[in-house]
Amino acid sequence: MNGVPSSTYFSGPPEWRWFVALYFFFGGLAGGSYFLASLIALFGRSEDRPLSRLGYYIAFPCVVLGVLLLILDLQRPLRFWHMLIESNTYQPMFKPWSPMSNGSWALLLFGIFAFVSFLGALADAKHIPWAVWRKVHPPSLLGRFIAAIGGIFGVYVSGYTGVLLAVTNRPIWSDTPLLGMLFVVMAASTSAALMILLAKKSRWTMPGLLDLQRMDACVISLELIVLIAVMMSLGPVLRAWLNVWGLLLLFGVIGLGILLPMALYWRSGKRGEHNMITTAALVLVGNFILRLVIVFSAQGV
Amino acid sequence: MAEPMGFYTDTTVCIGCKACEVACKEWNQLPATNGGKNTLSGDSYDNTRRLDGIHWRHVKFIEQFTDDRKDGRWLLMSDVCKHCVHAACLEVCPTGAIIRTEFDTVVIQSDACNGCRDCIAACPFGVIEINPVSGTAQKCTLCYDRMQGGLEPACSKACPTQSIQFGTINELRGRAQKRVEQLHQTGEKRAYLYGADEKMLGGLNSFYLLVDKPEVYGLPPDPKMPTRNLISGTMFSLLGVLLVSLIGIFNFRNRGASEREEARP
Repeated sequence: MNGVPSSTYFSGPPEWRWFVALYFFFGGLAGGSYFLASLIALFGRSEDRPLSRLGYYIAFPCVVLGVLLLILDLQRPLRFWHMLIESNTYQPMFKPWSPMSNGSWALLLFGIFAFVSFLGALADAKHIPWAVWRKVHPPSLLGRFIAAIGGIFGVYVSGYTGVLLAVTNRPIWSDTPLLGMLFVVMAASTSAALMILLAKKSRWTMPGLLDLQRMDACVISLELIVLIAVMMSLGPVLRAWLNVWGLLLLFGVIGLGILLPMALYWRSGKRGEHNMITTAALVLVGNFILRLVIVFSAQGV
Repeated sequence: MAEPMGFYTDTTVCIGCKACEVACKEWNQLPATNGGKNTLSGDSYDNTRRLDGIHWRHVKFIEQFTDDRKDGRWLLMSDVCKHCVHAACLEVCPTGAIIRTEFDTVVIQSDACNGCRDCIAACPFGVIEINPVSGTAQKCTLCYDRMQGGLEPACSKACPTQSIQFGTINELRGRAQKRVEQLHQTGEKRAYLYGADEKMLGGLNSFYLLVDKPEVYGLPPDPKMPTRNLISGTMFSLLGVLLVSLIGIFNFRNRGASEREEARP
C-alpha cells in the first residue's frame, strides 16, 4: 500500500489534546470509582462502608471535572447542549450508533447518579444533616438499586471513550476493536489505586483495603494481557509506535505502571502494607501515561 | 428528492491552474491562510497543502520523475469532499449538524455544529477541519446555496478544461466510463474510476478518473465506515466489564460471605 500499512492513514487528526486526555483519565476515575464503590456496597462487608463512600466521594467531583474539560475542548463551548438537544428543532438529539452521542447522554445520567450517591454517602457518614439522603445509600433497598443502576452507567462512562476512539478512521484507534475493553480495565485499576492511595493516606485499616489491593493486582495483570492483545491486533500499524510513544508505552506504562506494581505486590507476600501507597501511585502514573500515549500518538501519525 | 448530483473529476485533463480553488474561496467567502501571509510549502506548486476548514478545494501536484529528470510526468488532481453515500462524518456527528440534502450531498450546518471534531476523526479522506473564523467544522457544501438557485457549483463553473464536471450522478458515471474506454483505446491502460460505484462507501458523489494507485494521489485504497468497530468494540468492552466484575465480586464476596457466617448465631 505504497508504504502505508492501513487506509486509516489518510484521515486527519481531530486535535483532541490535553483536555481530552485529562477527561479520559478523570472520566475513567469517575466511572470506575462509582463502579467499585457499588461493588463494595453490594458485596462487601459492613466495615468496608467508608471505602464504598470514598468511591462515591471520588466519582462526583471527577465526573464534574470531566464534563467541564469536555465542554472546554469544544470549539464552541456554549453550544455544548447541542449534544443533547437538536438546536434547530429542540427535540432530543440521540444517535445510538454514535458513541459520542450516547456517551453524552450517559454522562448526563451518570452525573445525576453520581450526585445522588455523593449526597447519600455524605449523609451516611453524617457529614450533612439531611438524614433523608441516607435512604439513597446502601444497604437500603433504594440505595442498593441506585448503586446497581449507577454502577452500570459508571462502567459505561469508563468504557465508551475507548469505543468512541475505535469508531473513527484514525490510525491505531480504529485499527483495533479492543480499546473499549482496555479503557474499562484501565478505569478499574486506576480507580482501585486512587481509593487505596486515599484510604492509606487517611490511615484507614479496614479489611476491604487488602481486598481492593488484591483486586487491583489482578486487574493490572488483566490490563497487561489486554494491552498485549491491543498491540497484536494492530498488525502492521504497530509500526506507528516505533518512536518516543513506543518507549513511553514500554517503560512508562508496562514497566513502571504494570510490571513494577505487580512485582511490589507479589514480593510483599500480600502483607506489605508499606508498599501499598507506592504501588497505587505507580498504577495511577502508568495509566495516565497510557492515556496520553493513546490520545497523542494516533494524532501524530 | 431531486436526482443525486455530484462531481466527476477527470484528473488527466487538469492543468493545475487552481481556478477551482479561487472560485470556491470567492463564492464561499473563505479567508486566506495566515491573513494572506502564506509561505511556500516547497512541495511542487502546491502551497494550499491540504483540504481544511478554509480550503474546500485543493489542487494536488504529484511529480513522478526519474532521478535525472529526463523522463516523467505530472499528476494533477483537484481534491474535494467526496459527498459519500454512506458518509462517515454524518454517521458519527453527535449534534445532527451534518445532514444529507435533497441533492444527496452532505452539508455541515455551521449554526448547529459545536466543534467537537468527531467528524474530522471519522472522515477517511481527511477532508474536514475546523474553520478558525466560525469555530465550527467545515468542508465543501457542493455549493448547496447555488444548487438551490439552479446554478452549478463555483469550482466546476470556473474549471477551464472540464476536469471538474458537475451533473447528475447517473449521467456523470456514463460520461466517465466512456472517457475511461477512450483512454484505454488510446493506450493509457492505467485509467480507472475511483469511487464511481456502490462498492466504495455506497458510492462517492464526487468520484475521480485516476491513472495511478489511489495512495499516490493521497486517497485511501480501501476507505471504511467508522461504525465497522462499533459492535466488536462494544462486545469486547462488555467482556472487559464481565472480567472486572468477576474479579471484583470474587474478591469482595468471599469476605462478605465469611462475615455472614461469623455473624450467624
